[in-house]
Amino acid sequence: MRNPYRSQKIAYAFLLLSTLLIVVPVGMIVVIIIQKGLPAMNWQFLSDIPRQGMRAGGIFPAIVGTLYLVTGAISFALPIGLLAAIYLSEYSRDNLLTRIIKLAIVNLAGVPSVVYGLFGLALFVIFFGFGASILSGSLTLGIMILPVIITTSREALESVPASFREVSLSLGASKWQTIRHIVLPNALPGILTGTILGLGRAAGETAPILFTVAAFYLPQLPDSIMDQVMALPYHLYVISTQVPNVDEKIRYGTALVLLAMVLFMNLIAIIIRHKFRKRKKW
Amino acid sequence: MVNDTSTRTIKFGVKDLSIWFGNVPALKHVSLDIRSNMILSVIGPSNSGKTTFLRMLNRMNELNQNSRIEGEVTLEGDDIKNVDVEILRKRVGMVFALPLPLPLSIFDNVAYGVRMHGLKDKRVLREKVEVSLKEAYLWEEVKDRLGESAFKLSGGQQQRLCIARTLAVEPEVILFDEPCSGLDPISTAKVEDAMVELKQKYTVVLVTNNVKQAARVGDLTAFFLGGELIEIDKTDKMFTAPGDKRTDGYIRGKFG
Repeated sequence: MRNPYRSQKIAYAFLLLSTLLIVVPVGMIVVIIIQKGLPAMNWQFLSDIPRQGMRAGGIFPAIVGTLYLVTGAISFALPIGLLAAIYLSEYSRDNLLTRIIKLAIVNLAGVPSVVYGLFGLALFVIFFGFGASILSGSLTLGIMILPVIITTSREALESVPASFREVSLSLGASKWQTIRHIVLPNALPGILTGTILGLGRAAGETAPILFTVAAFYLPQLPDSIMDQVMALPYHLYVISTQVPNVDEKIRYGTALVLLAMVLFMNLIAIIIRHKFRKRKKW
Repeated sequence: MVNDTSTRTIKFGVKDLSIWFGNVPALKHVSLDIRSNMILSVIGPSNSGKTTFLRMLNRMNELNQNSRIEGEVTLEGDDIKNVDVEILRKRVGMVFALPLPLPLSIFDNVAYGVRMHGLKDKRVLREKVEVSLKEAYLWEEVKDRLGESAFKLSGGQQQRLCIARTLAVEPEVILFDEPCSGLDPISTAKVEDAMVELKQKYTVVLVTNNVKQAARVGDLTAFFLGGELIEIDKTDKMFTAPGDKRTDGYIRGKFG
């Protein structure tokens, strides 16, 4: 006969094991990067341009470049993605066409990033003639994170209870007022989660910026959005594989800065989300 | 009070009203008049169409994309299809089966509808909130904590908050959709008291699963079964000498 107590224990062990299998590698990545990268950290590394063929000096232009690209991508993708999500969840009729569109958007999130890079090259760099520039790179990254933002925002909007909408409408509020005053405020934490995911992905991807903006070596800051920039993920790729004899601590230092930037952006979003969560009490 | 039913003005005129959700009929050829300043109780078993009927009156059924409506509802003579839906719902308020506070403070819940209709003056808003909460018999219990979340109130208090929220937009008609289904007897009595008081100023339509409640508060009672209106009459007549044996059976608890 089966012992229910024992199977409960086995199930618990497997669940715990799986969780550890996830936590341990993530923890190790963070520990190793900090351990190996921390010796490189000093004011010069963060504020100076790369010198001696990127084997010395700092990574300041790459930090600034990544900041520009992430800001550009989000300021393009968040408004458009949010408006599209509102349309899809609140206004579109539920028919075959909308279902296909929703499915297509979900699937776009899984398209390899190098495909977005080629797309950006063809559309923004060549067809629109933006050249390799911050504009092209931001738009390409923006398009890459649009599906994530739309899908998570749509889920956040749809998770707001239908009863809230009915109450608001029954009081004579218009549909837009209901969305603006009831649905959006309560969906905001979920929308921010989507934005966090998008931010992290935009900051970390190499392939989409490879053809559209990233400079191999450009020891100066951009003057306009039509300029090329260096970017952290591409810089990391370059000093790890394209330039010989780069000190290990510089490589891990670059990785550490990239990691810290992404975590810092996430932290801000988490704080904002937490503030809104506290108000949510149903 | 009950004897002058026919002399009151007609608020709602419902003529040959039917609705389908997909291919399923929910109401079949319903015709009746709702007169002002009285309480019409609507009773019937589950799936009899009574809530659907109620939601016809403020056009809430239209939120369902699969609904198809035939027939006519008039509010003081005007076809409600031709009234702006926001205006209609301002004139015809609704209280739902479960207490559904919005995720806002007590004050903001009551002020919500009024604000949506464009009122910004803080002094006037405060006045309206106070008057509405008093009308719903809730003011004394919440006057010192208007800034707290509405979810901190008990179920009965939440439902009276919802009534106050509906009253704040100054409707002419109030639709109650089984407003006491989740409440204990004491809270139920309070809500019923409020309803009887409300008919002085408003027209009230009450959908209820509680036959005794219909008998206690209704001036008129309508009995629905399978999407059809079986009969509508003065409440005391319905409960003593109903015209249809199915009504008699339902009231005596033989089915439903």
